[in-house]
Amino acid sequence: MQNIFSLKTICLLFLLVSSISFAQDEPQKMHLEEIAPEVEGKQSVKEEIKEYINHHLLDSHDFGLYSYVNDAGEHKYVGFPLPVILWDNGLQVFSSSKLHHGESVAEVNGNYYKLYHGKIYKTDAEGTIHYDEHHHATNVKPFDLSITKNVFTIFLVGLLIFFMFRRMAKSYQKGAIPKGMGRLLEPIVLYIRDDIAIPNIGKKHYKRYMSFLLTVFFFIWIINLLGLTPLGVNVTNNIAVTLALALLTYLITTFTANKNYWGHIFWMPGVPWPMKIILAPIELLGTFIKPFSLLIRLYANITAGHIVLMSIIGLMFIFKNWLGSSLSFGLAFVLALLELLVAALQAYIFTMLSALYFGSAVEEHHHGDEHH
Amino acid sequence: MEKLIEQFSLGLFFWQLLLFVGLVLLLKKFAWKPILDAVEKREDGIKDALDSAEKAKLEMQNLQADNQKLLKEARAEREEMLKEARDIKNKMIEDAKGEAQSQANKMIEQATAAIESEKKAAMAELKSQVAGLSLEIAEKVVRGELSNKDKQEKLVESMLSEAKLN
Repeated sequence: MQNIFSLKTICLLFLLVSSISFAQDEPQKMHLEEIAPEVEGKQSVKEEIKEYINHHLLDSHDFGLYSYVNDAGEHKYVGFPLPVILWDNGLQVFSSSKLHHGESVAEVNGNYYKLYHGKIYKTDAEGTIHYDEHHHATNVKPFDLSITKNVFTIFLVGLLIFFMFRRMAKSYQKGAIPKGMGRLLEPIVLYIRDDIAIPNIGKKHYKRYMSFLLTVFFFIWIINLLGLTPLGVNVTNNIAVTLALALLTYLITTFTANKNYWGHIFWMPGVPWPMKIILAPIELLGTFIKPFSLLIRLYANITAGHIVLMSIIGLMFIFKNWLGSSLSFGLAFVLALLELLVAALQAYIFTMLSALYFGSAVEEHHHGDEHH
Repeated sequence: MEKLIEQFSLGLFFWQLLLFVGLVLLLKKFAWKPILDAVEKREDGIKDALDSAEKAKLEMQNLQADNQKLLKEARAEREEMLKEARDIKNKMIEDAKGEAQSQANKMIEQATAAIESEKKAAMAELKSQVAGLSLEIAEKVVRGELSNKDKQEKLVESMLSEAKLN
């Protein structure tokens, strides 16, 4: 029953998204023609694919599903705008439709903003962007707190997770065995408890970390899966997102660590004292490297998966014959299946390693292990 | 690396941190705690049920063992009683036999003694009768002998001659 409900929710969401998107179509000049009018054939297709992949990997200020060029040569964007929130001498809130995908300058309360390579810069009324010698924009970048596509997705996924598990929690009130979605989710929850949390953290302390571990697992998993849908959302390949998650792991590890943990870092027992002095900075560095590896692993895996998958899909348009295209379709299909596995695997690894670090933070002192 | 830093969006970081921490806290209160508590309660219930079943099984086994023991004891007791009875029986037979034997012996002895005395009495009577008979015979013989004078003289003479020899 609940499964059908959730399916309905997703369908409804999809319909909602597409209906809004068509309302927001705005004719735009074709971007590509300006960049490479002289390059013909395959070169331009390659460029276009490369541009598209790069664009896909970036966050954006509107929820764009896809864009196309109509018969009149206008660039049409299908999607809906999201609120832009800037901190620039006070809070500036406006709709991203004003930015026109970087094609024109937005004027808000006497300030001018322009979107350039996915970032909002403060400009003059004409929207001039100043460059340094490395072709980097030197304009002032106001602090951008916009509800971007990724933030919007994070919020939606948060809501989805919340309602999923709220429903599951409620189903326990009626009986000891969950109903509907809970029946599917319970084994996963129990797996995280019995095979990730308890073996790594220990029976005594694991309860404190369960909320974080469960949330981080389902959050990464669902958001990774969502990244594989044609919605084109791509959250976990943002270093900011993975950094936030890894930072939480680091903070929780640091603030729940016991004396034994710090003892092992600053004054490693069981080794001669000169070694202790050498080991202390290495161990201290290690506490940063551990969560750092978490953030890089998740970011790199998801980014690589998306780049490879989209490149192979892009190959279809380069080959433009039935053999090459069907081959790359087959390859893309297999790779998409692999990505499904990676989506769950990365969530598992992140949760597992977080649990491992928490476990080392609360590990009890082992007598006879270090002191002989 | 440079591209990574350039790509880094502080806004996204801020929102991710805020939304995720909010999500963790909300889920903790409204989902994880009730779910984990319910699961734990259920597991405890199952464990208790299993434990009590195990206990009941053990008790059952104990009871059965007790029964077995009682049965065994009863059997042993019966055996004992039977054995005792057999012993008593044997002893009684033995005693009866002994008694009978001694009684018989006594009777035989008495009989023998009676026979002996009867025999003696009979013998004595026989003797006296024989003695009387002999006297009578002797009287008759002597009377016949001494009726003739020659014979008397001859007897005397033979007797005297015998005496001389002595």
